[in-house]
Amino acid sequence: MKKILFVEDEPNLQKAIGEVLKQEGYSIFSALDGVEGLELVQKEKPDLILLDLILPKKDGFEVLKDLKADEKTKDIPVIILTNLEGTGDVEKALDLGATTYLVKANYELEDILTKIKEILK
Amino acid sequence: MKKLDFMAECRRYNLGFWQCPNSLFLIMGAIIIVAMILSYFIGIRFFEPEVVIAIVSIVTIILLIIGHSLVNSFARIAEANRMKSEFVSIVSHQLRTPLSSLKWSLDLLRGKRLGNLNSKQTEYFDVIKDGTDRMIKLVNDLLNVNRIDQQRLEMRPKDFNLEDLIEQITRELSPIANANNVTINYKNSKKLPMVFADPDKIQMVIQNLIDNAVKYSKKEGGAIDLVVEEDRRNAKMIRITVKDNGIGIPEMLQKQVFGKFFRGDNLIKQRVEGTGLGLFIAKGIVHLSGGQIDFESKENVGSTFWFTLPIANN
Repeated sequence: MKKILFVEDEPNLQKAIGEVLKQEGYSIFSALDGVEGLELVQKEKPDLILLDLILPKKDGFEVLKDLKADEKTKDIPVIILTNLEGTGDVEKALDLGATTYLVKANYELEDILTKIKEILK
Repeated sequence: MKKLDFMAECRRYNLGFWQCPNSLFLIMGAIIIVAMILSYFIGIRFFEPEVVIAIVSIVTIILLIIGHSLVNSFARIAEANRMKSEFVSIVSHQLRTPLSSLKWSLDLLRGKRLGNLNSKQTEYFDVIKDGTDRMIKLVNDLLNVNRIDQQRLEMRPKDFNLEDLIEQITRELSPIANANNVTINYKNSKKLPMVFADPDKIQMVIQNLIDNAVKYSKKEGGAIDLVVEEDRRNAKMIRITVKDNGIGIPEMLQKQVFGKFFRGDNLIKQRVEGTGLGLFIAKGIVHLSGGQIDFESKENVGSTFWFTLPIANN
């Protein structure tokens, strides 16, 4: 069973994604802030990370930097799943090594699922 | 025409007479003229260069002080504008989070992932879905307007096939158009060269023009003709035309069409929904892509909107 980690500070969003991913047969882990997220990455070694950018304690950009700097975690694909869309944010995240950048409000749950399946194929 | 009121902008930004650049520039000009005439007369009457130098120095100091005040007032105006944009940006981003949970929860329900729905339930979930999507659209529009105002709309241009993009948009929008008794006519010639622009942004422009044509169609027999061709006036451009046979835009409103929050009064009677930001955004995007956008319209006959995009090099 493939493992997916969702780092997101909004529990309602975690629940909705979790529901779909569980139904599709993935095992899902959630972290509510950046620090917890990085700890879970080390512990669970997920196959894919869904990462919000606006997070308490450590923001998504820093989490991404740390992930890509670590030999053990740098190959885990990261989907940025955020509502932040400021000047240069998309470029910054992709430059840091994110696989793709999705704006939450603009994507249906099923479209996100399709992207996840594509990447995990 | 808007009446010329040289203090109006200053009142709007809460600046007093002595802080308003408009009045300060006038005062500066007056001081310079008076000081010049004065020093001329003093100079020829008393032949005392010290007095002239003293006057020039004093006037210079006064002008420096006024100049300082001017810079401050411009800074305040810029600050007020920046705060407005920041406010819109923060509110929009904040609205997106609850809207996303709404959207995704609805996706779960409507996707029957939480069990089957009866037809009434489906009907009302569709109503919520429609409302949610409209709120998200408004928030996105506001963010885009803000970016255009701040000249921070990011374009990611590349070479792409415009005809294929239009074919895809036509396919996606045809069901909605048909539901409104409007047919969209488009034929992909598969002959035109690629264009150089940001395909996501251009998609927004085209969707917007088609949306408008559908919204402002007549009740029966609506037709939208999409034409993509090489621009006859400029060989380096491709021209996209969206022609409808809808209700048209009254002549007196035609000047405001590309403004923010424009919605013709005649349209309110028709209960057309929308934010009135679409064409402002479309214009911003087309201009940033190096193209032009314009329209012709006749009431009760229809409107023709067109815009141009640069052909890709090589």
